[in-house]
Amino acid sequence: MSFASHPDDAIRLADVRKQFGDTAALAGVSLKAKPGSFVVLLGPSGCGKSTLLRVLAGLEQATSGTIELSGRDVSRLPPAQRGISMVFQSYALFPHLSVAENIVFGLKARGVPAADRAARLKDAAALVGLGHLLERRPSQLSGGQQQRVALARAIVAQAPICLMDEPLSNLDAKLRNEMRREIRALQQRLKLTMVYVTHDQAEAMSMADQVVLMRDGHVEQDASPAELYARPATRFAATFIGTPPMSLVRLTAGEGGAVLEGAPGHVLAPAQAAGQWLGVRPEEIVLSDAEGLPAGIAGAEFLGGETVLSCVIGTGTQVLQVRVPGLCALPVGTPVRLRLPQTLHLFDDATGRRIEDFPSNLASPFSSKDNATCR
Amino acid sequence: MARAAGIGGSFGRERTTLHAWLMLAPAMILLVAFTHYPALATIWHSFFSTPKGARPARFIGAENYAVLADDPVFWLVLKNNLIYALGTVPLSIGIALAMALWVNGRIRGKAAMRMAYFVPTVLPMIAVANLWLFFYTPDYGLIDRMTRLLFGWGPTNWIGSQETALGAMMMVAIWKEAGFFMIFYLAALQAIPPVLHEAAAVEGASRFYTFRRVTLPLLGPTTLFIAVNAVINGFRLVDHIIVMTHGGPDNATALLLTYIYDVGFRYWDTALASALTVVLLLILCLLAAAQFLLMGRRTHYR
Ligand SMILES: Nc1ncnc2c1ncn2[C@@H]1O[C@H](COP(=O)(O)OP(=O)(O)O)[C@@H](O)[C@H]1O
Ligand SMILES: [Mg+2]
Repeated sequence: MSFASHPDDAIRLADVRKQFGDTAALAGVSLKAKPGSFVVLLGPSGCGKSTLLRVLAGLEQATSGTIELSGRDVSRLPPAQRGISMVFQSYALFPHLSVAENIVFGLKARGVPAADRAARLKDAAALVGLGHLLERRPSQLSGGQQQRVALARAIVAQAPICLMDEPLSNLDAKLRNEMRREIRALQQRLKLTMVYVTHDQAEAMSMADQVVLMRDGHVEQDASPAELYARPATRFAATFIGTPPMSLVRLTAGEGGAVLEGAPGHVLAPAQAAGQWLGVRPEEIVLSDAEGLPAGIAGAEFLGGETVLSCVIGTGTQVLQVRVPGLCALPVGTPVRLRLPQTLHLFDDATGRRIEDFPSNLASPFSSKDNATCR
Repeated sequence: MARAAGIGGSFGRERTTLHAWLMLAPAMILLVAFTHYPALATIWHSFFSTPKGARPARFIGAENYAVLADDPVFWLVLKNNLIYALGTVPLSIGIALAMALWVNGRIRGKAAMRMAYFVPTVLPMIAVANLWLFFYTPDYGLIDRMTRLLFGWGPTNWIGSQETALGAMMMVAIWKEAGFFMIFYLAALQAIPPVLHEAAAVEGASRFYTFRRVTLPLLGPTTLFIAVNAVINGFRLVDHIIVMTHGGPDNATALLLTYIYDVGFRYWDTALASALTVVLLLILCLLAAAQFLLMGRRTHYR
């Protein structure tokens, strides 16, 4: 992604910083998003996602940097003039107002005529399936229904950009999956540019067109879900994405190239990769009887459709996780062999950055494309 | 078996009932002895004459009330008290709300400000009265110095002249009460999640609109509580008047309660004082009922 100016960008942030006393909540964030795209701000708790969203909304003033929304510099504008709507984590419904009054609160405040208001209320309520609850108070609604009121209040504004801060975190797992699909469908139908905050990588991967992975106030990687999965830019990105995430092991120098401690015979990378980190996705490793990296089972976690095995490499201490379909109740200590995939990821020890273009077609331990099952 | 259980059950229930009465007894006895009985006795006495020497009290029907209706001082006192209530109630509530909004905002030295506003509440009313006696001192009191500095006015006898005395008493009451009510408003304001104001800001509501449509309705229950208390205080809070003016000059600051005190304990006409007390009780009951009916229905309880 280049940062060349593009007049059609819905969102463009340039070196946005936010300081709270001594804490740099945002340490220079730059990003841009196309109109109608679903952007997810992803990262662990405390990395600055909410701060970034609030700076975008104008609820916090950035310490420095510029914010352009729909081609306008809004850095100094109050929230109401930024052309955004927002769904808060706690929904922020007005407890003394009915559902209908909550939804049209902003239209009334902006002086939209009553007839227009009624029509837009009807549309928005129908879109989120609230038509029959308009007279209730928020306290008389379930969590999922309150969430829908917050959604309706956001879409009735017809702002081109919609911001959401962990909107699903208060719902149970089943409802969460349902709402994920609904929000995504709504966003596409209304062609909204969405900025959606979550700490749940599965949510991010399933909803986003563009994932902005954050860490300690900066952008770690800004890419499509597919790119983020296939080519994590840093060790942090590698260990944040996937269930379970990518396993990282340290390469050491061995005969004929870089090897893993405890398995000297199996060269995994060229000699210059010694000292760096090797990343392997658990779902791409195959258990095998004869050939491959020698390992021993250190634990097995049955997840229903699959089992995640923790395997200690050779005589060493490093662990690779392996995801195999179905139930695979291998007892601890069982010797196995692991066939690694063609695509390995290599990360620099000092910087943590991905090392591009290293020849990974070295001989033995790589799996061919045969089927992978538990023995 | 079944019968035994039944008997045991009813015996158990009786014991529980007995326990309940025993537990209630101390509070009940105190309430009856010091609240319910005196209230009823007062109403009872108001229909009798005042016993004097060898002459015992006798039933005279509504004669005490008739005397009141013919008493010009009673009507003056009633008028004074209405002015006093109409002035102190809205002003103390309004000032309390304004101070709470101000202190709740992002200002420097918030804690010190809150303390400063709360001090009048901590002071006993007698101390407050003495403080204000100094403020109102003609010529070198605080008020006169300020009016001289600001407007070049001469000395004014604030609590000694008919025109200003009642206003001066109202000032003291407002000063005393506003800080107390502010604490309630402050607590209520802090219970409103800030995210509601953020949501309103995103929705394009101005600060005034947000105040009118979000903050004020959410303060509803607090306002009702404060209003009921303020109205009651509008008839009850007279300590400073007793200390500062004794109801004078020429009854200009006499209120229902000070008049009851005078009639009952200076002229020893206890029957008339009882009738006056019944009038005061009636007024308070009517006002409280009206407030709950008018405001209660429109108040949102969380
Ligand atoms: N109002 C604030 N005052 C001081 N520090 C804050 C404030 N808001 C956030 N922070 C700090 O900024 C960092 C990022 O917070 P936040 O954006 O809420 O993280 P996230 O939403 O990713 O969990 C945290 O270290 C947090 O403690
Ligand atoms: Mg957050």
